[in-house]
Amino acid sequence: MSVPQLLVHDHKDNVGVVVIEGLKAGTNMLCVITEDNSDFHLTSKHDVPIGHKVALVDLKVGDTVIKYGQDIGKVVAPIARGEHVHVHNLKTKRW
Amino acid sequence: MSNTNQKIWAYRRENSRVGVRNYVAILPVDDISNAACEAVANNIKGTIALPHAYGRLQFGEDLELHFRTMIGTGANPNVAACIVIGIEPGWTQRIVEGIAKTGKPVAGFWIEGNGDIATIAAASRKAKEFVHATSGQVRVECDISELWVAAKCGESDTTTGLASCPTVGNMYDKLVPAGLFGCFGETSELTGAEHLAAARAVSPEIRDKFMKTWQSYQDDVIEAHKTSDLSESQPTKGNIAGGLTTIEEKALGNLEKIGKKVKFIDVLEPAEAPARGPGLYFMDTSSAAAECCTLQAAAGYVIHIFPTGQGNVIGNPIMPVIKVTGNPRTVRLMPEHIDVDVSGVVRREMTIDQAGDALIDCIAHTANGRLTAAEALGHVEFVMTKLYRSA
Repeated sequence: MSVPQLLVHDHKDNVGVVVIEGLKAGTNMLCVITEDNSDFHLTSKHDVPIGHKVALVDLKVGDTVIKYGQDIGKVVAPIARGEHVHVHNLKTKRW
Repeated sequence: MSNTNQKIWAYRRENSRVGVRNYVAILPVDDISNAACEAVANNIKGTIALPHAYGRLQFGEDLELHFRTMIGTGANPNVAACIVIGIEPGWTQRIVEGIAKTGKPVAGFWIEGNGDIATIAAASRKAKEFVHATSGQVRVECDISELWVAAKCGESDTTTGLASCPTVGNMYDKLVPAGLFGCFGETSELTGAEHLAAARAVSPEIRDKFMKTWQSYQDDVIEAHKTSDLSESQPTKGNIAGGLTTIEEKALGNLEKIGKKVKFIDVLEPAEAPARGPGLYFMDTSSAAAECCTLQAAAGYVIHIFPTGQGNVIGNPIMPVIKVTGNPRTVRLMPEHIDVDVSGVVRREMTIDQAGDALIDCIAHTANGRLTAAEALGHVEFVMTKLYRSA
């Protein structure tokens, strides 16, 4: 298998993690779901640093972001599929 | 063949516990005895001083934790013998008597009425005796599953949840059923995954004990002291740089450390020694690396596994800390800090099962005497947990 650019923990997740350095906007990423090693492709809309998240679907304000198949917080600014997800558009529900 | 039943070469202590290092520790009861302890350690080669910031005018639960941490540190099987120095005899002797229950050589000295110079001279003579009595001890064959191995992650990022924490979990899933004592903590950093952690308790009784501990942290620490928001402290700046956005996301990655199968069998107070036999334990600790490692060493753990994403450099003076990372950038930028490179997991070149085996082999090498990266680099962070202001 070639080296993936994006890893996703669980089929229920709506975000994945960039696992290579220097990912550029417009890259057609090989995405692997670690749960069962299935894969798909997605185009990144931003330059995204290693370790940072990319949305797998369009997300609107108030939506719940799912990773590990679990709730990791709420969307606070609209996010399109392929865009960078981080502190500018995702917030904890705990504090 | 599985590497879970391999033999290691280690020190069998008087109380039958297995140690992997052979220190003569010079332990101050209180902050004002640090100078004398450091002078003794300078005089007598083969000893190590453990200076810290506390030990005066503490009371109640906070004082009990201080004694538990001091006695537990001296009692740790990686310590062959211990010199205790305090300002006065009362608390000094209490710590000496606690450590003496292990059967190891221990002696106490106090400064009031003697002065630093006479105290340092007397303690140095005894320390030299201890070095001669212990430095020739020979390692004996032990089972890897006799070890007590704690874990805590730090400078986490999204790769810790993908690679280094599941590597630790895989190790626990393999070694705990064989008889290992394990330990995870970080009460605050389970927030967002507390329901999943609770579900891994061995019984309803232990699940309730865990939830009570977690809730009490929320009420007594977070709610009592927070301003508007803990973001930027939980997750930290380093976590955020590494791509972690929320405490929930951080907690879910953190919890990967306890694997898929093993259940935890008790909830420990900070620095409390596990007493229900082999198994995985949860300890109520801060998530700050040095505080957590110091508490786990004081509970008797002899090796620590530290998964890191962005590259935390923590060590401990008496407990080897093994660094594991799955972040290829951290491997590239700070390789001297990494003992087990599992970045192959995110490239899909290495399975979690293979990564777990690589970690078990590193635990065996470390137990046999191989210095960890943190040991070679001189990291000896010894940080006491303090519960509230002194009297």
